[in-house]
Amino acid sequence: MLPAELDLARYTVWLESQTDFAGWRDAARRLALNEVRPEDIGWHVAAGSDRPQSDLPDVPEGAQLVVPRDFIDHTETAFCHCDPGRFAFLYRLLWRLRAEPKLLAIASDPDTRRLEAMEKAVRRDSHKMHAFVRFRKIGDGEEERYVAWFEPDHFIVERNADFFVRRFTGMRWTILTPYASADWDGERLAIGPGAAKTDAPDQDDTEALWRTYFANIFNPARLKVKAMQKEMPKKYWRNLPEASLIPDLIAGADKAAKDMIARMPTTPAPHHAKVQAKHWPKHQPAETPDGDAAHTISELREAAKGCRRCPLWRDATQTVFGEGPDNAKVIFVGEQPGDQEDLAGKPFVGPAGKVFDAILDDAGVDRLEVYVTNAVKHFKFEPRGKRRIHSKPNAGEVQACRWWIDREFELVKPELAVALGATAALSLLGKAIPVTKMRGQVIEREDGLRVFITIHPSFILRIRDHADKEAERERFLQDMKQVRKLMST
Amino acid sequence: MSVLTIREKLAILSDAAKYDASCASSGSAKKDSLKSGGVGSTEGMGICHSYAPDGRCISLLKILLTNFCIYDCSYCINRSSSNVRRARFGIDEVVKLTMDFYRRNYIEGLFLSSGVIRSPDETMGEMVEVARRLRLEEKFSGYIHLKTIPESSADLVEQAGLYADRLSINIELPTDEGVKKLAPEKRPETIRLSMANLRRKMEEKAEPTLRTKKRERFAPGGQSTQMIVGADKTSDDGILHTSARLYGSYHLRRVYYSAFSPIPDASSSLPLQKPPLMREHRLYQADWLMRFYGFSQPEILAGSSDGMLDLAIDPKLAWALRNRGQFPVDINRADRETLLRVPGLGTKVVTKILQTRRHRRMRLEDVGRICHSIAKLRPFIIAEGWSPGALTDKAGLRGQIERSCEQLALF
Repeated sequence: MLPAELDLARYTVWLESQTDFAGWRDAARRLALNEVRPEDIGWHVAAGSDRPQSDLPDVPEGAQLVVPRDFIDHTETAFCHCDPGRFAFLYRLLWRLRAEPKLLAIASDPDTRRLEAMEKAVRRDSHKMHAFVRFRKIGDGEEERYVAWFEPDHFIVERNADFFVRRFTGMRWTILTPYASADWDGERLAIGPGAAKTDAPDQDDTEALWRTYFANIFNPARLKVKAMQKEMPKKYWRNLPEASLIPDLIAGADKAAKDMIARMPTTPAPHHAKVQAKHWPKHQPAETPDGDAAHTISELREAAKGCRRCPLWRDATQTVFGEGPDNAKVIFVGEQPGDQEDLAGKPFVGPAGKVFDAILDDAGVDRLEVYVTNAVKHFKFEPRGKRRIHSKPNAGEVQACRWWIDREFELVKPELAVALGATAALSLLGKAIPVTKMRGQVIEREDGLRVFITIHPSFILRIRDHADKEAERERFLQDMKQVRKLMST
Repeated sequence: MSVLTIREKLAILSDAAKYDASCASSGSAKKDSLKSGGVGSTEGMGICHSYAPDGRCISLLKILLTNFCIYDCSYCINRSSSNVRRARFGIDEVVKLTMDFYRRNYIEGLFLSSGVIRSPDETMGEMVEVARRLRLEEKFSGYIHLKTIPESSADLVEQAGLYADRLSINIELPTDEGVKKLAPEKRPETIRLSMANLRRKMEEKAEPTLRTKKRERFAPGGQSTQMIVGADKTSDDGILHTSARLYGSYHLRRVYYSAFSPIPDASSSLPLQKPPLMREHRLYQADWLMRFYGFSQPEILAGSSDGMLDLAIDPKLAWALRNRGQFPVDINRADRETLLRVPGLGTKVVTKILQTRRHRRMRLEDVGRICHSIAKLRPFIIAEGWSPGALTDKAGLRGQIERSCEQLALF
């Protein structure tokens, strides 16, 4: 920037301070509305009473300056940058925007990129200020205060003071920087003049603890000095109490890591045997129960918890076993647990289960008197982001799980089974059948068990059209009414 | 045993905590101290207050309440058979240390974990008490992350969620077999159930209550987990499969990968070598592809011979080289999903391209100005005045990109 007396520009603007955004904005408005070209303006900062008056044209009557809404936010941020040419640069942007209103959306334009780079630098510096300010405590009780010395690259104290107010509301604190200071007395924020490092306290006992923490949280086997310096450049180190430890930590890291690797495993600690004996009494290699010996449904459920008969247990949360009275007259068999059932460990508690419950209720069937279970007892799915998309179990998985279904039937001895959908029918009948065609029919198995065929209630949920959905619900209700009749015969 | 000073305890119990990778303080609900007149705030974005020479961010005071432990997990420095020095913090000591550090702006908050002593409930109870005192007695609004002990009672977990921003349960190793082998006392099925219960609790609390119509606070920063990479033989494909399952099943905010690091007094059942840091880095990149770039888990490594991520090049570039039929992509026409799959284009750059091309057709040099390395990008895109021609299918393309990226790095 030229000294003011050598400035041959037509207009000279005197801003009150490096952060006098209101002054710049007012001047920029007047100048732009009077068609003053960027090269005809000189921008200067002078504080205090010796500041000359800017000689600026008035805003022409009725004239309005329209800029894109986000322009002000962008300029307010970039304004804090230390670049002395920023006042002129931002005015040039304003000038160009009148002819090119979409300028800020063109990321490849050099001026747009410069603006973005300036904003980024200011935001980064602000972020580093939030991170690297280190308070030192002085005084006790009523006199307790926290004072910090910080050296920002840009003019960001005003911009960031509110952050510290929101965070340290209950403390009295002062942040000193070379160009400005911020002070919070517990009620009021005051921005004051700059200070020197010697104005801040030079020590705080808690720093010894902080340094201890810093040295010990470091893992010498993972030395990555560049990664550290990228995020915590050396220029900040002089004001960080922990930074003086860094050279020694780096120098000793290789040896410390090698020592760890080289140190031979020693014999177990003296207390280890006692801990093992007390908390982990030698688990006899318990044979995984297969349910063969189960006499009740709850014993069978317990045995099924560790089921490894097919690989579906790997991705599921838990085995979802059947539920209901041991002596129920009817067993409803669904396909497999869904997302909600997998989490809760209970069958038919998700959206399809709710539909099922409601329709059973409408049909006059008490859910507490029937036994409900699934052909496959682990949830099979494909993860898709934060969702799990249901996948249909294959014939092998259905076959593997018949082990459990068969035992459930042996123990409950129902008079009737209801196959909800194709997978359930396959499990109960041992062969695939066309469910929609055979819906409502009763098939008698070789062992005499009657199997009623219908659809799975999730089918109703998948119908989009309201009228179709209602019709399907009604049909399912009729099926359930028929089941109730069959139960009582 | 002589009485340890606070400083000695801090040295032991932070050394014991450093194998937990997470130090995140982001993603929680916004809060500050303006109303309470206390101390502390979280504003969405996490803040790293320092960096250790291992390049890791120091955001939280990450300590163990105690490193006494009844478990004997062979990868863990605190396992009961280890000869490491033991210490135990009092509840008051942790509360005071957290407040003293926070007031001086050293940290964003506390990440408290613990070895299990006597019983899971007793240990969890003490951790919850630390969080309760910080919130209610100290009026602390900073970040609190509590490591949850899977076997602890539902009641304690509920209280933990009330005070903490984030809860986590470590899955430890990518497969149940691995856990059984290296952490014989841990039960993978209990870990799954605990994660499932946390997800259910979070969903339940996200609903407005009937009476007050307000949502109750419950771990607004969600849950996360960590698995150790390189202590067992699981392939990267297997690790990513487990991550995809965890994200889908329990809505985790993050899965952390921790390259197995040699520990003092290591168990003889483990590889004694430097941690596989590059492998860890590639896993994080692949994890990002699943979460932000629209890749499904199986396609990341589909067509690779050994199910391992390429250590020399990033997983997206490796995928693109295996799937050249999908390229080149026209930078001026392709949709967001397709652009995200172009090597060298990150989410931010894609947003900028979509925005800019509404106003002008983009040339190769325009793209070059807003992305990091045009060398990686050039063979895969068509721009105004640029077509890669036979370059996309060239045999030596991989080597050529690698070399030009190296040259750029040397510059």
